[in-house]
Amino acid sequence: MNLTLKVWKQKNKNEKGHFETYQVKDISSEMSFLEMFDVLNEQLVAEGKEPIAFDHDCREGICGMCSMHINGRAHGPWHHTTTCQLHMREYKNGDTIVVEPWRANSFPVIKDLVVDRTSFDRIIEAGGYISVNTGNAVDANALPIEKQKADEAFAAAACIGCGACVAACPNASAMLFVSAKVSHLALLPQGDPERKTRAVNMIQQMDKEGFGSCTNIGACEAECPKGISLENIARLNREYIGAVFSGSGEGA
Amino acid sequence: MNWKNAFSTSIGKKLQMSLTGLFLIIFLIVHCYINAQIFYNDGGVRFTEAAHFMGTNFVIRTIELGLFAFLILHSVQGLLLWAKNRARRNTRYAVNAGNSTSKWYSRSMALLGTLVLLFLVLHLSKFWGPNRLSQTTGNGELDLYTMMRDEFQVTWVVIVYILGCIALGWHLLHGFYSAFQTLGLGTHRYKGIIKGIGVAFSIIVPVIFALMPVSFYMGWVS
Repeated sequence: MNLTLKVWKQKNKNEKGHFETYQVKDISSEMSFLEMFDVLNEQLVAEGKEPIAFDHDCREGICGMCSMHINGRAHGPWHHTTTCQLHMREYKNGDTIVVEPWRANSFPVIKDLVVDRTSFDRIIEAGGYISVNTGNAVDANALPIEKQKADEAFAAAACIGCGACVAACPNASAMLFVSAKVSHLALLPQGDPERKTRAVNMIQQMDKEGFGSCTNIGACEAECPKGISLENIARLNREYIGAVFSGSGEGA
Repeated sequence: MNWKNAFSTSIGKKLQMSLTGLFLIIFLIVHCYINAQIFYNDGGVRFTEAAHFMGTNFVIRTIELGLFAFLILHSVQGLLLWAKNRARRNTRYAVNAGNSTSKWYSRSMALLGTLVLLFLVLHLSKFWGPNRLSQTTGNGELDLYTMMRDEFQVTWVVIVYILGCIALGWHLLHGFYSAFQTLGLGTHRYKGIIKGIGVAFSIIVPVIFALMPVSFYMGWVS
């Protein structure tokens, strides 16, 4: 199939970006969206033009590197799918596709479709860890964990930190990401010692990074490639309230 | 973390919106119950009795001060959050997801809230304002029932009231659920119940309110 692509080009963080229109020919419906970009980039290199910069790594939907806001949708129109798992059979010959980077002030554009998501790393540093004494690893079955809690923690831990929640949120809020990280640890006994300080510290870091505040719109949940539920945000709110009322969470 | 900081983080501000919103929801229930007395169609006897209690009881009048404080806090904080959140994305998307990922009313809470607020200014200037003014200047309570009957003969007033109730309904449809979600109750055990009650509340209460001007206008209540 032949397609028209309108892709965001931006030299660096400080320059103003713009859309460029490209034509791609003979795209197979079996290709992934990123492979279609590979074809386009090879074509651009052959023409002596600069290829389009975009993030990618594992290309099997588990690393969280690929981004791309495709025709208004984070990771494209497919449900629970990253951009690398979006396939060209979604499109028809002659379609025009608009591709933009994640847009949020906390995710500055590095180049073209590549954005800087280190603000997520700093949120994790603020509290997304547990303290474990050195020595032999404890037997995995030594700590009894309720099945339901283990499942919920696992579902929250599925977050790959891609930032689609921020990209999709009209407020550019990172609450779904933070809530997944807080839930994943708060539900397990290993995460209990830092439970109170974790919620408060990660929220304070999230605010410091300049993310918007959550208004429970739910676009994040709809766009999350890993199906992280809004229930995690409720749990994060509960963790926060718990920390405030118990007088803990003084912050590091 | 002290109380001041607790309410000034992004979740803290959500809590401000949630708690004031829930207080306003409780107010709506009381207001709706009192005003629904007109449906007895007894020439306003029960309504006037209830209105007299609400307008003169010391406890109610004290809570009224809190109500205005919370209403102002809810409106100001809501608009500030809206402005701040908008400023979190300086370059806007060329193509938006629109209704495919979220509900329009969830994204339009500031707009719906502003419409409700504008409606409230008109509403208070018609009933609450003149009545309290008359009370404070020593002229006693006004006959609110007659005032309602007269006001709701005017077509544009009835239309504005209906529009106000529609805006309130949409605002509540997101707000009711959202208030509980912010308090951390939107988890699997409660989510369904909260959403269900929220939908019912957002339809029933505004419909009862809207029926008041309509009933006077149509002559169902006289």
